[in-house]
Amino acid sequence: MTAGTGAAEGGTFHERLTALAERRIEMGEVRGVAAADPVNLPMIRHWTDAIGDANPLYTDPEAAEGGVHGEIVAPPAMIQVWSMPGVRRSGRQVSTPVDDVLRMLDENGHTGVVATNCEQTYHRYVRLGERPVPATRFAGLSGPKRTALGEGYFVTWNVTWYAGDEPVATMLFRVLKFRPREREEVPPPKPATINAAPRAPYLLRPATPMDDAARTPDPPKTVTAMDDAAPRAPYPLRPAVNRDTEFFWEGVAKGELRIQKCAGCGELRHPPGPVCPSCRSADRTYVVAGGEGEVYSYVVHHHPPVPGRETPFVVAVVELPEGVRMVGNVTECASSEVGIGMPVRVTYRQMDDELTLPMWIPREA
Amino acid sequence: MRTLTDDEVEIGAVLPELTIELSPTLIVSTALATMDFTSVHHDVEGARAQGSKDIFLNILTTMGLVERYVTDWAGPEAILRGINVKLGAPAYAGDRLSFTGAVVSQEGDEFTVEIRGKVSLGDHASGTVRLVLPRR
Repeated sequence: MTAGTGAAEGGTFHERLTALAERRIEMGEVRGVAAADPVNLPMIRHWTDAIGDANPLYTDPEAAEGGVHGEIVAPPAMIQVWSMPGVRRSGRQVSTPVDDVLRMLDENGHTGVVATNCEQTYHRYVRLGERPVPATRFAGLSGPKRTALGEGYFVTWNVTWYAGDEPVATMLFRVLKFRPREREEVPPPKPATINAAPRAPYLLRPATPMDDAARTPDPPKTVTAMDDAAPRAPYPLRPAVNRDTEFFWEGVAKGELRIQKCAGCGELRHPPGPVCPSCRSADRTYVVAGGEGEVYSYVVHHHPPVPGRETPFVVAVVELPEGVRMVGNVTECASSEVGIGMPVRVTYRQMDDELTLPMWIPREA
Repeated sequence: MRTLTDDEVEIGAVLPELTIELSPTLIVSTALATMDFTSVHHDVEGARAQGSKDIFLNILTTMGLVERYVTDWAGPEAILRGINVKLGAPAYAGDRLSFTGAVVSQEGDEFTVEIRGKVSLGDHASGTVRLVLPRR
């Protein structure tokens, strides 16, 4: 941190950050470097080709001449393209009022970044030969906020592109700079332990890192920070919780194994669904299972590899005395010991800070 | 290509859906055409090293596709005044991006279209596009 950015001052991180942000807001708009190339037909053609935009007013001189603009114009959503810094970012060392705020957040462990809003206003379309100049203004900081990704600050800035002195477009851009959650390591499975997620009644999907942020047109530091985006998931597979299944997962979180029950005819069903297959009632409730069952069928999964766990593991269909069957992993015994009719009882395994999965372990018959 | 005139568009009009297959070629060609050379948009290994499952669409392209979606419907003479989007789930290579939209308001000569671009993980981008149509 360089002198004058606030790090040398006293106070908490939040106070120092807020003070820096206020000073950067006071700086107002800071002009960057003009677009490396003037607005030109080859770049427009390349863009419309890749995007699949067939509008002839962007590329066909004849159509453009007879059209509403009277000449070729660039697609308005291209505005940021003109001031992108290129592969080597050479000669693009002008800093913006946003840079050191983002840097201060990085240095304090708020290394994650995800873009949340992009708002562009087009005052007019730009023409061939114009050379837009971006100017960046720090617009605001809010936080700390607790978000799904972790505790963080929302940072907002504006970019205005000028052709000469005339503003042709403005953009509001907002990112969340967050402190990635610390992950508890899932303990490595014992040699004979199966450590896997059940597969029903939900779909598994990898926890998804968010989109990286678009960059401000000219601050290389900002770009670097944003390239580091992508928070890593604590445990790579998550149940897709929806209105049909959320009662099940709320139960799991409380150590209850819940079975959906038709509020019309009383029939139990699993996996959960919106409508009773017997009486077609959409009214539903649930009961809490006793937590015991028997292996009805099973497979030992050796291959292919599954993210976040060791093979082999057992995926079983467990028949409950309540009359439904559930898919889940059998754990705490060697896969060779698992067999049809094996008595099991449910257990709950904490996979990370947020996720608990029900699994099955051997019980005395 | 004909452009809709202002009297032809009513509040509540629904835009035809546009589905875009997110091939690696599309992700890479649009990243380069928007001058975005960040590795997560062209290098699978680079993207995975940063915790993504694959390369994914960059934001400048998202803005471009939103523009295209609305002008494909409105016609070439429509003039865009602005695009506001909230950014959500990443649009990975191999996925499919489906745009839906509807005209939600008119103020003076300016129409507002609400759009939503969905991928398999949820909303990739959702928001509004403001545009002006030629007078009849």
